[in-house]
This record gives sequence, structure tokens and C-alpha cells, in this order.
Amino acid sequence: MIRTPLRPLARILSARSRGENPDRIEAENLRLRHEAMRDRARARAEVRLLMLACGFVAGFGLVAMRMGVLAATPVAEPRRSGSAATIQAQRADIVDARGRVLATNLVTHALYAHPRAMVDPVRAARGLAQIFPDLKEDDLLRQFTGNRAFLWIKRRISPEQMQAVHEIGEPGLLFGPRETRIYPNGRIAAHVLGGATFGAEGVHSAEVVGSAGIERAYDARLRDPARLDEPLRLTIDTTVQAAVTDVLRAGMTMLNAKGAAAIVMEARTGAIVAMVSLPDFDPNDRPPPPVSGDPADSPIFNRAVQGVYELGSVMKVFPVAQALELGHVTPETMVNTQGPMMLGRFRVRDFRNYGPALSVTDVIVKSSNIGTARLISAIGPVRQEAFLRNLGFLDPVTLELSEAPTGRPKLPRRWGDIAAATISYGHGLAASPLHLAVGYAALVNGGLRVTPTLVAGAETPPPVRVMSEATSRAMRTMLRRTVTDGTAKLAEVAGYALGGKTGTADKMRPTGGYYDDRVMATFAGAFPMQDPRWVVVVSLDEPVETSGTEARRTAGWTAVPVTGEIVRRIGPLLGLRPVIEPSPPGGVIPVRH
Amino acid sequence: MTEMVHGALPVRAVEPILPRWWRTIDRWSLTAVFVLFGIGLLLGLAASVPLAERNSLPRFYYVERQMLFGGAGLAAMILVSLLSPRTIRRLGVLGFLGAFVAVALLPVLGTDFGKGAVRWYSLGFAAVQPSEFLKPCFVILAAWLMAAGQELNGPPGKGLSFALLVAIVALLAIQPDFGQAALILFAWGVMYFVAGAPMLLLVVIAGLAVAGGVVAYNGSEHFARRIDGFLTPEVDPRTQLGYATNAIQEGGFFGVGVGEGQVKWSLPDAHTDFIIAVAAEEYGLVLVLAIIALFATVTLRALMRLRRERDPFIRLAGTGLACMFAVQAIINMGVAVRLLPAKGMTLPFVSYGGSSLIAVGIVIGMLLAFTRTRPQGGIGDILVKRRG
Repeated sequence: MIRTPLRPLARILSARSRGENPDRIEAENLRLRHEAMRDRARARAEVRLLMLACGFVAGFGLVAMRMGVLAATPVAEPRRSGSAATIQAQRADIVDARGRVLATNLVTHALYAHPRAMVDPVRAARGLAQIFPDLKEDDLLRQFTGNRAFLWIKRRISPEQMQAVHEIGEPGLLFGPRETRIYPNGRIAAHVLGGATFGAEGVHSAEVVGSAGIERAYDARLRDPARLDEPLRLTIDTTVQAAVTDVLRAGMTMLNAKGAAAIVMEARTGAIVAMVSLPDFDPNDRPPPPVSGDPADSPIFNRAVQGVYELGSVMKVFPVAQALELGHVTPETMVNTQGPMMLGRFRVRDFRNYGPALSVTDVIVKSSNIGTARLISAIGPVRQEAFLRNLGFLDPVTLELSEAPTGRPKLPRRWGDIAAATISYGHGLAASPLHLAVGYAALVNGGLRVTPTLVAGAETPPPVRVMSEATSRAMRTMLRRTVTDGTAKLAEVAGYALGGKTGTADKMRPTGGYYDDRVMATFAGAFPMQDPRWVVVVSLDEPVETSGTEARRTAGWTAVPVTGEIVRRIGPLLGLRPVIEPSPPGGVIPVRH
Repeated sequence: MTEMVHGALPVRAVEPILPRWWRTIDRWSLTAVFVLFGIGLLLGLAASVPLAERNSLPRFYYVERQMLFGGAGLAAMILVSLLSPRTIRRLGVLGFLGAFVAVALLPVLGTDFGKGAVRWYSLGFAAVQPSEFLKPCFVILAAWLMAAGQELNGPPGKGLSFALLVAIVALLAIQPDFGQAALILFAWGVMYFVAGAPMLLLVVIAGLAVAGGVVAYNGSEHFARRIDGFLTPEVDPRTQLGYATNAIQEGGFFGVGVGEGQVKWSLPDAHTDFIIAVAAEEYGLVLVLAIIALFATVTLRALMRLRRERDPFIRLAGTGLACMFAVQAIINMGVAVRLLPAKGMTLPFVSYGGSSLIAVGIVIGMLLAFTRTRPQGGIGDILVKRRG
């Protein structure tokens, strides 16, 4: 234990020597120290209390000043929008290649109610139930007389309905302006445009947000406040789009098909002039995504981009082009087509027997499975895969649609010799019509793979060369021959020199194996064949032509005549001058003097 | 002889109680408190009528209750101010024990009146919020501990009072009642400051608070949004704050006229948290400045009188009580003018309230008792005498 020394020691010692009690000195000393300490504490407290007082003067002064400032500010008029966050309600227009409006905005109104401001809820409920047959008078009355201070009644009403609601004369029924997205052409180009819906919604405005298609893919661009006045221009030509839709719908009805798709694309640039998928929908009233059944059967499914199908014989042109490119064959080389061709236990057959051998051109013209399988067996699966990858068949096509990435091709699990043979004639690899359009564009435009686009002036990657000019030229001749002499004779349109290839693929059963009586009929081609400018792809889902004695399902009887009709209609719209060959000189004999 | 026969009045050695009270009490502060209460009644006549109508009560039901409780509160104030500091200390410490137990038992016995926080005991005719009484009692106890700690060989008063503070803040935080917790924290801090907190510590605490705020602002989006919302000049006119701001602007310098104000119809808390908005709208800036001046009078006079006080306990307890009172007023008015984020706190004596009126009466009673003029031992000559 530490002993506290007695203090002050000098005085205590002297006191002790005098015989006095040192405790009194100690106590006196303690008292003095205590006093001194108290004085110090008090001096310090005085300063600090002064500081506190200053703090409180400042605090009260601040409140008083702020009160004065507020009192001196004139009352602002009540503002229209109360919340600090404003809603970006505007959206740029979308126009077609020639500046015709595809999507624009219109001010409509939303109807809402302030039940507490209502004068006569019974009358209001009865009146609304008469104007809007889908509203129940009892429900409305219950809502109007309940506890709610605010409720939406209708998100979008027409001017006529608005006038009728005005005529009820109920002050508790109010209207909020709405910028509504309008697609004046209705169903035309529905899958390209997609649709728009309301996002963040307030009483005074609502956000319009793209829900699909180009509206969704370009949502940020369309809502960019700096570019509202500048419409988004597409490559779609409304008249061509309308003509293609028209013909395709007629063909689909006549051939009892359950769906159809068509693409018209510029062969050199990839600009899509028309893209149709049937059945379609009205983007002004976009149906909700289906909850049951196959989503691929829904009207909102874009068959041209999202639908991946085994396309059949239209794919035969690719092994032939590759064989030409590799120098294995020339168009005149004879290929053994003796059937059936055995690949291990797998047999390759033809639709009918074409004899022991065909020239390479005739393999395309007559569409011989065995012929292409022979060609690909010389090429091998590795080079085949590389060639198809270059043409874009192994990845989803990049396109300015929000659905484009879902069009992912279905590839064989093991790409061996048998897969190579089946893929050579269009089975075992499923791709979308858009894939086909890109592949055919490369085939006919001199060998360049283009990137398809829907937006005029979009920056696309430069075309990639995938085959030589000479191969492309040879392929053009073969494709033209298919129309003039082969399986696609019904597609001959005088003056437009259409060329292309048919494909009839048996559809796969969901349980495995193939249907006998359900096909996907496709025609892919380009025109005019002497210098192809447009690629056209038409595919029909489960068509059947019943004018003859037996049901005909092959593309030559279904997709081909529809394509011919399409080209006949759109040729003039595209500004293409038909080349009418002069009639053979017969009546007039040139004479020379 | 004559005196013996006729029974003359006995002469007392000490001065009688009431004259001495009147001579030593801070009459300015006393007057200010009475005026504040009068203003509260006047405003209540207008501000509480909508609430009474909404609850289908007689129109001046709340005014009558305010008069009843206010009368009780003022009586309590005068009674307490008659006591000596030593008696107050004893009662305060006993009161602290009672109030602490009452607050601690709240989760078991209290009611929340459907407001989500269990803060009240229901006594049938009125609700009592024990934390209102805990506040002043804690100030007394903490001042006693701190003053004792300043003695030579005294107990570690600051540490003990800090431990109590932590316990109380924890109890209040679980209710939850962060407003009262903050008030108690502030009162303790002020007393610690006056009792001689090291300046370095204060600077470090201030630095930590700023750093913590910055970290919270950058780290928590919720917190940042609250602060941004508070800092934006735009105010949503449909919130309580929006109505209050609008009311102050409408009032201008001289008000729209007695009973002409509109804000009381839209604000649910017009008679309590936003009474100053009602005052501003109906009577204008003039009355608001008068109210502020009255609060400032009570606070500053108390602080100035405490500067001269030599007893450390009285000085500390008085400081704590005065600051608590002042800060409550500043927070209430600061919220209405958007200097501070929204926090429910009543304006002492002016806002409507039952037990809180009695509690604030006791607080000011204690403060008045502590600030009574008493001999401070003529500093100068005593010091000279002692040194010699």
C-alpha cells in the first residue's frame, strides 16, 4: 500500500517538534486545496457556460432567421407535380425507310377517382358501369364508399369515353394525361416493333417503356431526352412489308399452314426490308405471353428470328459451295448418287431415285441427299463446322430486336460423319429463317457475310469474305437453274430472274423421331439472279396443298408459289425494272441492201 | 410587559418562505414560462379543434385538458421551486430509482396505443410516459455523481453516470424512442462539458461523428436518400413538412388572422409537433419570434445565473436541465422550418400534452430552484482573506 505523505511536510515536522497535533495542519491544507480546486473548476465552468450560452443564442437565432426567411418568401403557387422525381413520358417516333410513321405518341387519358371528393358515388358508379361494360357497378360502389382515398379506374380511355365521363359531372372522377404509344399501321411489322407499356406511373404522366422488339432494344435511345425530336429510322419499307404480309397470309390460309415467316433482305448490306411472322398481333394491344402450350405457337413469337427449325434441302447449297470453294469439284463434275448410301448402319436415301450419277449442278437442281452427303464425306465434319460457323449458323444472329439472342441454333451433340451427312441436307442442325437469309446473302452477293440490321444507318461490322467470287457466281447459276428447270419452277416470275432452293423438312416429334405428315417447307433465294440485290426467305409451317388427288406438302408446291407471288408483288415496289427478254425474231427478217 | 400580556407576534429569526422565494426566484423566467403556457392555450383554442371534431369530442375538449394538466404542471413548478437544492437532490435521486424501474418494466406492463412503440402506462384517464420523468431525475443524479467526483478522494462520478447513461439509452432504444434517448445523451454531454471534459476528447468525438456521417452517407443508400431528401429545396407539399412550410409562408409577418389558418385542418400533429406552424400561420412571424425570445430568455438567464453559482452540483444540474429544455424547443421548431430532419418532439409548455406538461413543470421548477439567488460568498474578499 502506498501511503499518502502528510502535507506540507515542513510545517508538520516543525509542528511535531513543537508537540502540536499535525492533523489540524493536514486538515487545513486539505481545505485550502479543495477551495483552490473548486475555484479552478468554477472558472473553467464559467467559460464553458458562456460558450454554451453562445451556442444556444446561435441555435435560437438560426431558427428565428429561418422563420424570417420563410415568412418573407411569397407563397409559391401550388405546383402541378409534387414529387421531386419527374417522369420521362416522351418517346421518339419510329419511321420506316422512307420516313412513314411506324410508331408515334398520342395524348390519351387515364381515369382515376378520389372517392373522398365524390358528391354522389352511387350515380358515379352507375354512370361508369354504363360507359365501361367491363366494370361492375357493385364493385365500383364498394370502392367509392370504402376507405380508399385514391384509385385507378381505367389506364387508358378514348376521347369519346372521356367526354362521357365528363358528362357524369362527378368532381371525384379525374383524368391524368397519358402519352400513349400508337402504331398507326396496326399489325404491319408488329414483330419488328414489339410494343410498349407503361413503366413508372404517376397521376400527371407515365413512363412509356418498350416491352419487346425494337422498342425494347432501343428503349434508351427512344427515351433519350436529347433525341426526342429525331425519329428512329428503320430499314423496313412499309409498303413492301404490307405486300409480303398480305401474300404470306393468303398463302398460309390457302395451304392450311399453322404459321409462316418471310424475310426480304438486301443482299449486299444486310438491311432488312421486310420481316413477317404469322400469326401476328396488334402492337397497340400486345397480347400477354402465353402461360400454357408451346410459346412458339403464340402470336408474339417471331418465327423469322426466334424460330429455329431443321430447314431441309435449302441447306444443300452450303456443302456444294464449300466443295466448289475447296476445288474438289466443278459444277459439271459427276457425283455418284447410287442409293442408298451406307454410313455405318445409317442409310441416306433420296426422295426418288435419280440414277447412278448426277452433275453437281443437278444435285442442287434435283435436290439429291446422296449427292450432298458424298460431297461432304470428302470435306469432313471439321471443315464443314468451320464453314457453317463463318456463315453464322452456329450462333444467334445479332439483330436489333430484344428477342434476337433467343434464336440460338440447335446443334448436334456429336458432330461426326453421320451428323455431317445429315446436316449437309438440312437435318440435325436447326436454325432460323434469318440465319438462312444471311447464309444465302453470302452465297449470292459475291461471297461476303453481312450483318443483318433493322435500323437505317446502323453501324454494322464490315462484311467478311467467306467464299470466292467465282464460287458465288457458280452458285448463282445453279440457284437460277433450280427455278428454271428444277424443284422451284412455280417461282418463275417473268423478268425478275428469281433463283433459289427449296427445302422440305419433316418436323420432329417432341417425343423423338419425325412426323410423316408434318413438314416445314422453305424456299430461300435471291433476285434478280444476274446481279442479286435482294434475298428472300419464305417458310411455311405444316402446309398442305390439296388441289390434286393426293395431299402435297413439298416446298415446290407450297413455299415456292408463295415466294413467286411475293416477288411478283414486291418487285415493282422495290423499284426493280423487269428484264423482259426480246421475243425470238420470227416475223421480221432483217434485210440488207 | 405589554407584549407579554397582549401576545404580540413572535419575530422569526429567518425570513419567511414566500417573501424569500419571491425575492430570490428568477422572476423573468417565471413570467416567460407563464406567458408561454398562455400562448399554448391560445393556440390550442384553434389548433386542437379539428382533432376534437375528428374524434367526435366537445370542440374545446383538448383545451380544457390542457388547462387542467397545465395548471397541475405550473403548480408542480412552483412547489418544486420552493424546495432547497438539497431536498431536490434527494427527491430527484429517489425519483430516478422509481422512474428507472418504471421504464424498465415498460415492455411488460406498458401499452403502445397502436403507435408501434411501447412508451406509456395507461392510467385510464391519462397516459403517463415515465421517460419524461426519468430525464430530469437522471440529470439530478448525474450532476450529483459528477459533483461528488470532483471532490478530493471522491467516487468516479463521471464513469458511474456514464454507465447509467448507457443503460438508460439502451432502455429507450428498445422502446424505441430515439428522440428521448438523444435528449438524455445531449444533457449528459453538456454536463460533462461543463464539469470539465478534456477539449481533446471533445474534438475527437466531433471528428468521429463527422466521419461516421460521411461513411453512412457513402455506404448506405437509404441513409443517403433520407439526407438528400432533407437537403433538397423541393418539398413535397402533401407531407406534414410541406404543409408546415406552406403555413409559415402563408402567415408572413403578421399572420392571416386569429382562427383563419388552414394548416390545422390538414396536419394531424398540428396541436403537438407542429404547433409552431399554427402560430406562424395565424399570428405571423411576430408571435414566432416572441416564442423564440421567451425560450431564449428562460435558457440564457438560467445559464447566466449558473455562471455565478459556486456549488458544482447546482451548476451541473441546472445546466443539464436548462439545456434539455432549450434543445427540445430548438428541435421542435427546427423541424418545422426544415433545419432538422423530422423527429416527433413537443414544444415545452406550448404543445398539447398530459404527463409531459407536468414533467416539464417539474423540470422548470427544479431549474428555478437551482437558479435562485443565494449568497455566493463574495468571491473577491474571501479569496483575498484566504490567501493572506
